[in-house]
Amino acid sequence: MTEPVQVLVRDKDGKEGAPFTLNLGPQHPAAHGVLRLILEMDGEVVERADPHIGLLHRGTEKLIEHKTYTQALPYFDRLDYVAPMASEQCFSLAIEKLLGITPPERAQVIRVLFAEISRLLNHLLAVTTFALDLGAITPALWGFEEREKLMGFYERVSGARMHANYIRAGGVARDLPDGLLDDIEAFCTPFLKFLDDLETLLTNNRIFKQRTVDIGILTKEDAIAWGASGAMLRASGVAWDLRKSQPYDGYETYDFDIPVGTTGDCYARYLVRMAEMRQSVRIMRQAMVKMPTGRVMVDDFKVAMPEREALEKSMEALIHHFKLASEGYRVPRGATYTAIEAPKGEFGVYLVADGTNKPYRCKIRPPSFAHLQLLPLLAKDHMLADVVAIIGSLDIVFGEIDR
Amino acid sequence: MTIAINTPSADAVRGVLGESAVQVLLERDEVTVIVPSKKIVEAMTALRDDPRTAFHQVMDVGGVDYLARQPRFDVAYQLLSLSHNGRLTVIAQTDAHVPSVVGVYPVAGWFEREAFDLFGIVFDGHPDLRRILTDYGFEGHPLRRDFPLVGFEEKVYDDLHACVVSQPVTLQQDYRAFDALSPWQGLTDVQKREGGA
Repeated sequence: MTEPVQVLVRDKDGKEGAPFTLNLGPQHPAAHGVLRLILEMDGEVVERADPHIGLLHRGTEKLIEHKTYTQALPYFDRLDYVAPMASEQCFSLAIEKLLGITPPERAQVIRVLFAEISRLLNHLLAVTTFALDLGAITPALWGFEEREKLMGFYERVSGARMHANYIRAGGVARDLPDGLLDDIEAFCTPFLKFLDDLETLLTNNRIFKQRTVDIGILTKEDAIAWGASGAMLRASGVAWDLRKSQPYDGYETYDFDIPVGTTGDCYARYLVRMAEMRQSVRIMRQAMVKMPTGRVMVDDFKVAMPEREALEKSMEALIHHFKLASEGYRVPRGATYTAIEAPKGEFGVYLVADGTNKPYRCKIRPPSFAHLQLLPLLAKDHMLADVVAIIGSLDIVFGEIDR
Repeated sequence: MTIAINTPSADAVRGVLGESAVQVLLERDEVTVIVPSKKIVEAMTALRDDPRTAFHQVMDVGGVDYLARQPRFDVAYQLLSLSHNGRLTVIAQTDAHVPSVVGVYPVAGWFEREAFDLFGIVFDGHPDLRRILTDYGFEGHPLRRDFPLVGFEEKVYDDLHACVVSQPVTLQQDYRAFDALSPWQGLTDVQKREGGA
């Protein structure tokens, strides 16, 4: 490692050695969004980092309080816009918990399938842009090609490449189109080959390892005390995955492994994410094999819209359609904290219902928010270029941090 | 929907907290405990350190504004125990001030800043209680129930001075709240099921 450059900065009294303040962002490609980072530098070494967030604050939680439950769902796509369906799933599970309904089995399997597709979407972006920040351009080009295929699956099932609005309370919005499962199956095998190719670019790459190994080490104790979750927690050696420990949507019936890191550095977080992608493909394959037949939405017109054909024949269906489209459904009074294993970590919703058709309060717990808070801890005493590596390995997205 | 969570029994929480627990509620499979806001730090320390509960992680801290109630705010802490695989919601009710739990759970730092920013709840003893999500120089606490959805100020570009300035919100038409909530309290199937369960 080269010696850090000593920059002597004089403060206004002419005293040497005052910390040098560097303003990184909010428009910086390595900041992964609108992160403004105030760095106090001693030469090239970071003494203190102070992230300023909120530049993408849209008041999502306030807006949700003024919308019905159905209208509030699309806001969740816009939180973690890298893996939109994961956040949708959490909100739908929270509503279902308060309503006391269970989606049909086919809907649950579709949810698992698309939750894992979302995980691939997320990890592809996380790993490849992480490499891009460290100077490797090729992985990002390759990764985005695969992401485009996955977004094609999103589009075929929901009509939208990103903001799907697909996983609704009580099931999913509509059934899978013909041939989609065959195409997803056909995607899986070449994708595993793609992961092998991607690993040849990065895993043993000397430059990549020099930039990531032993950089930004998060110890097991710190990870727990600072509320880390997901890949961040697992890379620090804690075997914890909500899909295993508090399963939802039938995850307990799938056979998959939880990759756990040992060192807790940027390289371990990269390795965990790569291994998780392989596990996601495993889960997707199992989901496609077991895909049951039947409804994809609960058979209850008080929550689910009646089918289009029924409107032409049934007065009851027409009334239900009108009531659901205007008033929406009422959710019984109560509160729940529902969390899922989103690709970035634990995504939670603290939903308070007051018995009306609108949420009284919807507190969103974004995993990136807690992870970005770790940045001052991880970046301390690292060089400026390492801060970029640490931000990349945190896997943050500002849609959900700023809400 | 079933989520299999081994919630620590309400008795264990009561045993750890003793007199501090005002109320322990079991709703569906979730345990909620209401703690006096003055005793929140002792309660959280006990819940973290006692092996019966061992809540080593706090995942979320968020405010809830009950405008008409006294005290007005809830601060809801979502605790998670990795060793017992359990969750617990701790609620402190307050009008304005709550002791900060940053000393117990460092992760609470930003979440408390957020609750301060959006609700105006002051966390006493917080080392760095600044606004976090709203703009620099923002006034008011936007998630309070008496804060209007459209806010008070908007940013516009001022051609004359060639810069962005704040001005009072002017809407071309008033915000239209389409409230289709039926005054007719029909018994829905969902409510029936809840009562029967």
